[in-house]
Amino acid sequence: MSIKEEMRDLLDEYAEYIDAERYDDWLTLFTEDSVYQVIPRENADQNLPASLIYCSSKNVLRDRIVSLVNANEYNPHYDRHIISGVRVTEEQNGAWHLAANYAVFQTNVEGQSKLFSVGRYADKVVRHDGRLLFREKRVTVDTFSVPSMLATPL
Amino acid sequence: MKLEHPKAVFPTQDYTRVPYWLYHDRDVYALEQERIFKGPTWCYAALEAEIPNPGDFRTCYIGETPVIVNRAQDGAVHAMVNRCAHRGALVRRETRGNAKEHICVYHKWCYRLDGSLQGLPFRRGLKGQGGMSAEFKLEEHGLQQLQVQVYSGVIFVSFRADVEPLERYLGPVFTGHLKRLFGKPIRILGYQRQRIHGNWKLYLENTRDTYHGSLLHEFQSTFGLSRITQTGGVTMDERHRHNLTWSKQGTDADAEFKALYSDNKVHDSQLRLTAPGIVKFDNEWGDGISLAICSLFPNCTIHQISNSLAARQVRTFGPDEFELVFTLFGYADDSPEKHEHRLLQANFVGPAGLVSMEDGEAIEITHRASAGERQACSVIEMGGGGPIPTKLEHRVNDTPCRGFWSYYAELMGMEPAGAVR
Repeated sequence: MSIKEEMRDLLDEYAEYIDAERYDDWLTLFTEDSVYQVIPRENADQNLPASLIYCSSKNVLRDRIVSLVNANEYNPHYDRHIISGVRVTEEQNGAWHLAANYAVFQTNVEGQSKLFSVGRYADKVVRHDGRLLFREKRVTVDTFSVPSMLATPL
Repeated sequence: MKLEHPKAVFPTQDYTRVPYWLYHDRDVYALEQERIFKGPTWCYAALEAEIPNPGDFRTCYIGETPVIVNRAQDGAVHAMVNRCAHRGALVRRETRGNAKEHICVYHKWCYRLDGSLQGLPFRRGLKGQGGMSAEFKLEEHGLQQLQVQVYSGVIFVSFRADVEPLERYLGPVFTGHLKRLFGKPIRILGYQRQRIHGNWKLYLENTRDTYHGSLLHEFQSTFGLSRITQTGGVTMDERHRHNLTWSKQGTDADAEFKALYSDNKVHDSQLRLTAPGIVKFDNEWGDGISLAICSLFPNCTIHQISNSLAARQVRTFGPDEFELVFTLFGYADDSPEKHEHRLLQANFVGPAGLVSMEDGEAIEITHRASAGERQACSVIEMGGGGPIPTKLEHRVNDTPCRGFWSYYAELMGMEPAGAVR
């Protein structure tokens, strides 16, 4: 399998786990020192540092998932990720830049689907024990006026 | 039509009952734009730190009216309706920028930074033909200018020339709180926006309902960010239009909290943080207040949740939708560690906020379930009814909601006979 095919697999696995609410499996796709960040596009364009979600380590990300599953009350819905335009560039130190466009559709409990979010992933991926993992997952959200709320990961 | 009998809208004189149709009625919404957002009120427009240099501008919405806020060459802040005096087009389409003038794209009418009309192409016509009439006066066709007053770096605007002075409108509690939060230069950290499918008044009530916080937001109560057993309270201005809800972290015992919540069959949280640094509170104001939700009538909330700071602006889109614009800030002299801590605590707030995402859901399910209801009322009796106090030393109440409705009713001409204020 080419590195591009492996990356495509990684993104498909990522999407599958979120859409199936398999968040524990989703967490296994990140390294322990990983950063997960969801940035409104208007902040990125102005070089402003604030995010919608900023998990500066995998533990912060774990806590967010624990809170999501056990504490937060949010709109019951199903997510469906569509990921395309995958670009892979190799870095010198054995990491890869992975970029892709995403769209997330949400469907509510009454069966009504809406476009929830579109944007772009700009990731760093490393190989750890033979498996590709995210060391950075930076999601820049074009839909930065978030409809209703952002509970489940993008 | 119920609006034909405005004095009969509220069934009780102390606003313990609010009819649900007030959240859905289009005529009520239109009247709110005139009497509240364009009424004798001061609306929050922007922070001075967003437009530090001459020519800097930001666009925002007061209710649903587009507004430009900018700094002129002499340093003065001006605000004007962002609608061309010619044919009504949006003059500035960007959310921010720096400019020497504002030019409408449609026919290139050009306005100065104080909103006055500088000129327009073909005013004298072409080869003696066409052009504006000789009587047309530039000075009569500027952008509609708003009153502007700045307090501690917070820019407020009003559509009414006869509005009371800003300092009196805010009152000493709220000017004091603004001085507390804006006592030194701030640094803008960024924006968060959220579109909520519900009526804007449900949000104003949400920020004045002090007891939902520790029931709805389980993350907050579990980690002691704010819970009802802590020292805290609410303070309103004399007219009860604004509210400050505050509490102090670390003033209650975990055992007391757990016993109370377990007795009341609330939640028995199993939450444990693997990275507890996120909930650390730095008592940087020296008063121990770890939560301060400051609601300024009609469109502003300024929050301090632990060390996270933001001004929130409400923009309306008809009775069924509004946008919240969060402007997150820290201080110019924040150390790198403090800066990083504020960015981390931004996780608490906004549409993805660990302690705030529930508000959007609460508002949407209230709006959905009350649509089409012409008779029933919501109940606002936590903390009792009757006259509205300006201060309570507890948070087992939603009394500031009654304060909100009393001022709302006054502006809307809906005060029942014998109403409290």
